[in-house]
Amino acid sequence: MRFFLFLWDFVVGDDWRAAAGVAVAIGAAAAIVAAGVNDWWLIPLGVAVVLALSLRRETRRAR
Amino acid sequence: MTAAFLVASAFVASAVEFVEALTIVLASGLTRGWRSSLTGLAAATVVLAVIVAALGPTLKLIPIDALRLVVGALLLAFGLQWLRKAILRASGYKPLHDEAAIFAREAAEARSAATDVRAGLDWYGFTLSFKGVLLEGLEVAFIVVTFGSTQGNIGLAALGAGIALVLVAAVGVFVRAPLSRVPENTMKFAVGVMLTTFGIFWATEGVGAHWPGDDASLPGVLAFVVLLAFAAVALLRRRRVAFA
Repeated sequence: MRFFLFLWDFVVGDDWRAAAGVAVAIGAAAAIVAAGVNDWWLIPLGVAVVLALSLRRETRRAR
Repeated sequence: MTAAFLVASAFVASAVEFVEALTIVLASGLTRGWRSSLTGLAAATVVLAVIVAALGPTLKLIPIDALRLVVGALLLAFGLQWLRKAILRASGYKPLHDEAAIFAREAAEARSAATDVRAGLDWYGFTLSFKGVLLEGLEVAFIVVTFGSTQGNIGLAALGAGIALVLVAAVGVFVRAPLSRVPENTMKFAVGVMLTTFGIFWATEGVGAHWPGDDASLPGVLAFVVLLAFAAVALLRRRRVAFA
């Protein structure tokens, strides 16, 4: 159990929503590629959105 | 990715972790004795070597696209944590990483801990050093294995980490003090940018999409992440001033 908690903290850290956002972006990119569209731009765009939302949450908490 | 870029990336990322591990080993050695501290360091190094030796060949068995997808996703989750913290530090929302302050705190805790001798070692000193090196080293192992395996050259990534280890250890033996002059916050910012860049690049290739210009687009992805990070820092700094 402690190992999984460590692993969670190591990879996901203190913002699970950011990791979930990354998973959603990757899943969506995979689905669109499977439909025949070369969506190389989707994951960078998803990362920008996930990072912005994560920073907004963190700075609101700090205020 | 060129060989030089792979070695340089592994070097910078590993150097940051080794500087942090050195602070813990020094705090343990100077307060609890060098024998326990260095035994902890050696034991953790053996465990890390076993982990890299076991994971490296296992990852070679996974098809490259699946490997890039998994590694890309892991690097993105891991890299975004680094990048977020680095942006928050650079914009003043989080205190800067201060190796001297961390050393003082660790040393004070180590001085006040009770003595418990096991197997001829001061157990507190041993475990402090062992856990510190193992935790920081696991991040190095993760970076070496992921960077190396996706490029099919774990040896080169390990070379970058090895150079960082030798350099940090040599400077540590020479100065016998935490390396507070190392521009660690800048390095952490760079590592966050690098991890996120490689995460984006490999995750995109892993899902089956193709970058325009293939590998030549990597500098473009790097530029995108750098711009994103600097824009976030500028925006947050302005907001912080406005709310102050």
